[in-house]
Amino acid sequence: MQLAANAPTLAVALLPFVAALVAPLLTAVLRHNAGWLLAAVPAAMFVHFLGYLGPVSEGQRFVFGVDWVPALGVRYQMLIDGLSLIFALLITGIGTFIIVYAGGYLKGHPQQGRFFSFMMMFMGAMLGLVLADDLLSLFVFWELTSITSFLLIGFDHARAAARRAALQALVVTGGGGLALLAGLLLAGWVGGVTSMSGLLALGGGLKESPFYVAIFVLVLAGAFTKSAQVPFHFWLPNAMEAPTPVSAYLHSATMVKAGVYLLMRMQPALGDTALWTTVLPLFGGLTLLTGALLAVRQTDLKLMLAQTTVASLGLLVMLIGTSDARVIEGAALYLVAHSLFKGALFMVAGGIDHEAGTRDVTKLGGLRKAMPITFVAAMLAALSMGGLPPFIGFLAKEVFYDGLAHLDGATIMVAVALVGNVLLFAIAFAVALKPFVGPEVHTPKHAHEAPPSLWLGPLVLALAAPALAIASPWTGAMVAGPIVTSILGRPFETDLHLIPSYIGAAVILSLVTIALGIVAYLGLARLRAAVATVTTAVGWGPDRGFDQAVAGLARLAAVVRRLVQPGGLEVYITTTILFIVAALIAPPLLLGVAVRAPVWPDVTLYEWAILGIAVLGLIVVTTAASRLVAIVALGIQGFAVAVIFLLFGAPDLSFTQFMVETLSVVILALVMVRLDFRPSDHRPPLVAARDLVIAAATGIGFTLLLLAVVGQPFDSVLSDFFAENSRAIAHGRNIVNVIIVDFRGLDTLGEIAVVMVTGLAVLALIGLRARRPAPAMPAAAAVAPKAEGRL
Amino acid sequence: MNTVIFRTVAPFLTALMLVFSVFVLLRGHNEPGGGFIGGLIAASALAIYGIACGVAPVRRAMVLHPMAISALGLLLSGLSGLPALAAGLPFMTALWTYPTVLGTELPLSTVLVFDIGVYLVVLGAITSILLGLEERDVDQGEDR
Repeated sequence: MQLAANAPTLAVALLPFVAALVAPLLTAVLRHNAGWLLAAVPAAMFVHFLGYLGPVSEGQRFVFGVDWVPALGVRYQMLIDGLSLIFALLITGIGTFIIVYAGGYLKGHPQQGRFFSFMMMFMGAMLGLVLADDLLSLFVFWELTSITSFLLIGFDHARAAARRAALQALVVTGGGGLALLAGLLLAGWVGGVTSMSGLLALGGGLKESPFYVAIFVLVLAGAFTKSAQVPFHFWLPNAMEAPTPVSAYLHSATMVKAGVYLLMRMQPALGDTALWTTVLPLFGGLTLLTGALLAVRQTDLKLMLAQTTVASLGLLVMLIGTSDARVIEGAALYLVAHSLFKGALFMVAGGIDHEAGTRDVTKLGGLRKAMPITFVAAMLAALSMGGLPPFIGFLAKEVFYDGLAHLDGATIMVAVALVGNVLLFAIAFAVALKPFVGPEVHTPKHAHEAPPSLWLGPLVLALAAPALAIASPWTGAMVAGPIVTSILGRPFETDLHLIPSYIGAAVILSLVTIALGIVAYLGLARLRAAVATVTTAVGWGPDRGFDQAVAGLARLAAVVRRLVQPGGLEVYITTTILFIVAALIAPPLLLGVAVRAPVWPDVTLYEWAILGIAVLGLIVVTTAASRLVAIVALGIQGFAVAVIFLLFGAPDLSFTQFMVETLSVVILALVMVRLDFRPSDHRPPLVAARDLVIAAATGIGFTLLLLAVVGQPFDSVLSDFFAENSRAIAHGRNIVNVIIVDFRGLDTLGEIAVVMVTGLAVLALIGLRARRPAPAMPAAAAVAPKAEGRL
Repeated sequence: MNTVIFRTVAPFLTALMLVFSVFVLLRGHNEPGGGFIGGLIAASALAIYGIACGVAPVRRAMVLHPMAISALGLLLSGLSGLPALAAGLPFMTALWTYPTVLGTELPLSTVLVFDIGVYLVVLGAITSILLGLEERDVDQGEDR
């Protein structure tokens, strides 16, 4: 439905990928100025999505799409409602300034084009993720964000720390993505639908399903890994190895919110159960406290912000876990507020690093004179983060405090939120105030104001916070209301005021937060020392655990490899033959296939003679003292068999057998000389006896198989068909060859490809061995003239 | 093994076997034979030549690297399926033509091209293995 009117949106959402293609080229021409031009792409998309704001705020919902992989029922289908629209606006809006910022931040970097390309790819993936309605395409975009995030974290790939962080993020979020895939497939299967809108239309159908717990756990595994919830929180601070624009965009405003988005999106389908309202607040609350405390511990601006991001994500998960309309409204507002102030603060931190040469908060001070615009942006963002009026952060906090205070049995949550917010308040000003006030400190670089590309983004994002708060009725109707309507799955009217309508619990809690926050800010150094003591005492964390798990995996792999690839040809061959024996003997024993003794045919004298030669060959093979004799004897046995084929009307087969036997003897003899096999057999008696048993068992197995096959009535359908048609259709009298080159020609094409590849492989192996012993110099000189001819 | 008689006879034997291998290849459609067997015979012929006269003369005689011959064969076999597509038939459908050359009707077909490809693949792959193995053999003899 509505496809015709909304078809442009399907194309618009793919624009970032196009931009990713042209970005390197553009950067090669325009250098860092390409950022301004590339930023036009998200800006245009932002304007495009703004067009949806009106209809969506009136309660409209858009579902439209086209087939993507029809064979699998996968569609490129979009669901635009309040939740996805606000996310799309955040992604494109913040993305615009991030791209501008990246232009200035990575100015002169030799790989800036590649960086723009990765960023654009990520933007496209993230946009696809929040807009996706089809469950499988949602998963595809989900993993695409993990992969692009991997590329961006590891952008500075020459450093080991960046590589480790990138790998860690990929393993954690990618692994969670696989769990999510299973969860989505299971949910789709239970509900009999393939789209998110279908799942939501089921109402509470999933919750009554016996698979509810499984779906819940799998979806949560995806959301928690992506949104860095305890115990998966460790990858996010490590991801700060990425250049600052990446941290500001992916690891604060967008990608890490994907988990939160998913939980919000699936709240109508999975939420409001005992499990949901227990598990989410528990993990969310733990994450909030962990993140806030670890943030206090840090002195690096980016790491402080990263840990507060973990804390804020925990707060959001905890709030969603209440499934309460008012609390969720607070979460919706906080989501927007956090994206704005965290994006701004990250960019400020990057700006300080860029201009002053350090991000260590203890080595910074007095920058307000040198960087006044950056200071303003930082202060505005910090005021929003600290939750002071008139900022959207304050509005969000008021609403969720109000909601939590009216919720039964939410006392612990109120306490956790309070402690978390106090610490976040302290960190906000430690990041935004401390580097700018106080006496001027000597910094590695002489600080001066950043170029416009570096302060434009933070300033605009920071200014949005008071704007949205002052226009609170508009914000309520256009932003909070539509989001909450989507999350709850039912219409929700909000009444948002900047000035509290009554002096209730929320206002008191806000005041307490601010008061305690100031205390915490002043005592931050002491607090930091205390947390440091505790973390040092504990020592072990999930980050270390990750390394241990990876090391353990490597050790396990080594053990398995030693087990299955011991490197001895004898072991391989013995194992292979043992499995063949098992495959031959087990079915008749287990299934009881009747094997009848064959009718003894009349055997003529010369047939006896040929059989005798074959047996003689075998006896020589087993008793020969020299390997060369054994190989030749094996050839004799093969020739005898070939003669038998000839006598019983299979000239082609026997012809081939002759040739194969001849060449086998030649090749085996050559290999033997080449690999310096001992000329005779030196197996100890016990090993020889073991091999004898295996060989005898193989023989018995094949005999049984042949007898069982021969015992079946002969079905002549195929031979009749080929006898009739090989002349008529394929113009050939030799049925075997006609089958090979015509009837089953495609099989043969595959087989000769295998022959060729085998030849290549053997050649490579020979070359590998030949290179090892370097001949002595004089000998090499003697070889040289002849070697030329061989090339 | 490397006697004067063997060394003298080997080139002639090789030539005879190569001619025979082509004969086997071409008669394959109606009589016992075909590309696979033909390729094996040709490989044995070259093996004899290599054992008698050394690897270098064989390489010189083959002009191309045996692996290249093998790859060429695979390419030829693959290409032989394409004319059918041009005629609007499924891939690898056999197409026949009967031109008269010097008064004799010659049945030619894409199947024959395919079989020649098989011949070349087998010949090239086996020969390159044989020569590769033999080569080092000679090296060692000279190194000692």
